[in-house]
Amino acid sequence: MDEVLHIDRIRCDGHGLCAELLPELISLDDWGYPIIKAGTLWPGLVDHARRAVDACPVLALRLARTAVAAGRPIP
Amino acid sequence: MSDSILWYATRGAGIVSLVLLTAVVLLGIVSSKRWQTASWPRFLTTGLHRNLALATLIFLAIHIVTAVVDPFTALGWQAAVIPFSSPYRRLWLGLGVVAIYFLVAIMVSSLLRPFFGQAAWRAVHWLTYLMWPIAVIHGIGTGTDPRFAWMLGIEAVCIGSVLAAVAWRASAAPHSAWRHVPANSSQGPKWS
Amino acid sequence: MAACAGQLVAGPEVELISASAGAESLAAHRLRLGPLPTMTSGALIAEVERSGLLGRGGAAFPVGRKWRSVAERSSGGAVMLANGAEGERLSLKDRSLMAARPHLVIDGALLAARAVGADDIIFYVGVEHRAAEAALRHALAERPGDVRGRTRIVTAPSGYVSGEESAAVHFLNAGDARPTTTPPRPFERGVGGRPTLVQNVESLALAALIARRGHAWYQGLGYGRARGIGLLTVSGAVNHAGVHEAELGATLSDAAAAAGGLNGDVRAVLLGGYFGGWADLDEQWGLPLDPHSMRARGLAPGCGVVHFLPAQTCGVDATARLITYLASQSARQCGPCVFGLSAIADATQRLAARSPQPGDLERIVRWSGELTGRGGCHHPDGAAVLMQSALEIFADDVAAHQRRRCLTVSEPARVAVA
Repeated sequence: MDEVLHIDRIRCDGHGLCAELLPELISLDDWGYPIIKAGTLWPGLVDHARRAVDACPVLALRLARTAVAAGRPIP
Repeated sequence: MSDSILWYATRGAGIVSLVLLTAVVLLGIVSSKRWQTASWPRFLTTGLHRNLALATLIFLAIHIVTAVVDPFTALGWQAAVIPFSSPYRRLWLGLGVVAIYFLVAIMVSSLLRPFFGQAAWRAVHWLTYLMWPIAVIHGIGTGTDPRFAWMLGIEAVCIGSVLAAVAWRASAAPHSAWRHVPANSSQGPKWS
Repeated sequence: MAACAGQLVAGPEVELISASAGAESLAAHRLRLGPLPTMTSGALIAEVERSGLLGRGGAAFPVGRKWRSVAERSSGGAVMLANGAEGERLSLKDRSLMAARPHLVIDGALLAARAVGADDIIFYVGVEHRAAEAALRHALAERPGDVRGRTRIVTAPSGYVSGEESAAVHFLNAGDARPTTTPPRPFERGVGGRPTLVQNVESLALAALIARRGHAWYQGLGYGRARGIGLLTVSGAVNHAGVHEAELGATLSDAAAAAGGLNGDVRAVLLGGYFGGWADLDEQWGLPLDPHSMRARGLAPGCGVVHFLPAQTCGVDATARLITYLASQSARQCGPCVFGLSAIADATQRLAARSPQPGDLERIVRWSGELTGRGGCHHPDGAAVLMQSALEIFADDVAAHQRRRCLTVSEPARVAVA
């Protein structure tokens, strides 16, 4: 039941609420856009991640089961 | 139950609703401007925006129920549900009903945003700029008491702060102004 | 390099694919290669899978697997999009192949369409590749009515990212040649909501040969552990720049030899494309140009670009020009790409001009490291590879530029005394 955070990079507008609510995994670059630490969420963070997903003003953040479900582009 | 208690409850809940709603609108504008400080993070603005909106609903419920059951006004539930159907202050009351409908639409679309999708949610949310003025006008129009200074003061602060915030919002380009369509995007595929 | 028998372009009169040599007519094509194979969809997919053919659009994804994944979702209404956009400026192979061997490309598209159950074939050709478009149009006119009725040519807008798979589909659907991130992916729902196979034209041409000659023929080509053949665009400090055919596994020195040899001192070579990486010539002179060997050394074949940088051209300068172009070609949909690439380009330009601001180099390193995987498409990833390889290969030049000097400029120029 591994969950992975996925960002729709086109929707993302650099609001940065995700980084405020999940600083363990999300930091912001020089222009306010999120950098996500690779890897799956550990159980204690899942609730915080859901809150971050809910807080995104443009619905760019998603929780998915695996990297494939998260929609990584297939060449 | 004394009639005047219901009457005071209606007016009191109405005023509290107006103040809360004004705060919600202000917080929404602050959120769109992405304002923050070291001790006031963005999620505080958005969190308060949501929670105060839900609190507003509670006071609106008190406001409406007490107004409907008050034997003095004899409104009946129809007046609360169908706009402009009450003989008592038909226009001003009706505006209040319209504002409620807008507010319900805005809140339902927000609570169910993942289902509505971003575009639909945004379109409905912009109704706020229609809903809030209508609510204010409803409040001014349905007032039967002599205009107390404190009441005028509250209204002036609410209206003034929202006008100032709107001016602040309009003063700079939106944060996504960099998303322009590149020059080589054509008008459509050329078929052959 | 053992002169490649010219499988893709085979014919005694053409070793080098050149648009000016003229397009091969249908009659000549049939005479040379025989009729279109009549294999079933399942047999086609199996043959291509067994050949191990890898895609030539830049990602080197197994072609057979791609056909299978579209076929599985198709119930006969799929779409075949032959990708000849070729937005990579250093690559000439796709436009040359379409211009010289249009019927081979068409055959590949027809076979791919049969394999995935597509009744709609679209040739997506870059707007600037006029000879290629003309050749394809003429070639399609030579085909029977049922082929003409199922095929059409669509002009791809100019721009580096127009040929990206989702950008192509987006353009066909909405006239907007910018990549998309919204699932589903094209092989599930693409053009018109139907499963769509997007395949590079060189990959299609190779598949057309594999269908005729069998997977064993393809597997029998190649050097060392590399299998197959491919097209390279060799440019820069060589005597005969252009598109050359080679067996995979041919080395960098073979590529230089095929292009008539180097015509001067060369220290560095750009491999893959603008989105590829710089390599040191001496170190990689014997590098086999196939995906496996290149990946082992942290490089990638990309779309077959081999650009030899003349020694008198400063590598920092060249990199600044490349990254500036890449920044200008961003689809402008994602913050990290729009802001990151332009900031890197600005800082690299200052460095190339030998007037960097304090912290510029550190920021270039940090920003390049933050690009990968943070865009909606792989455009910023390519820029990151370019920058990181430049910082490594041109480390000495970068250090000199930091001190406001240039190793290249300070070399004495040869002055002819008249």
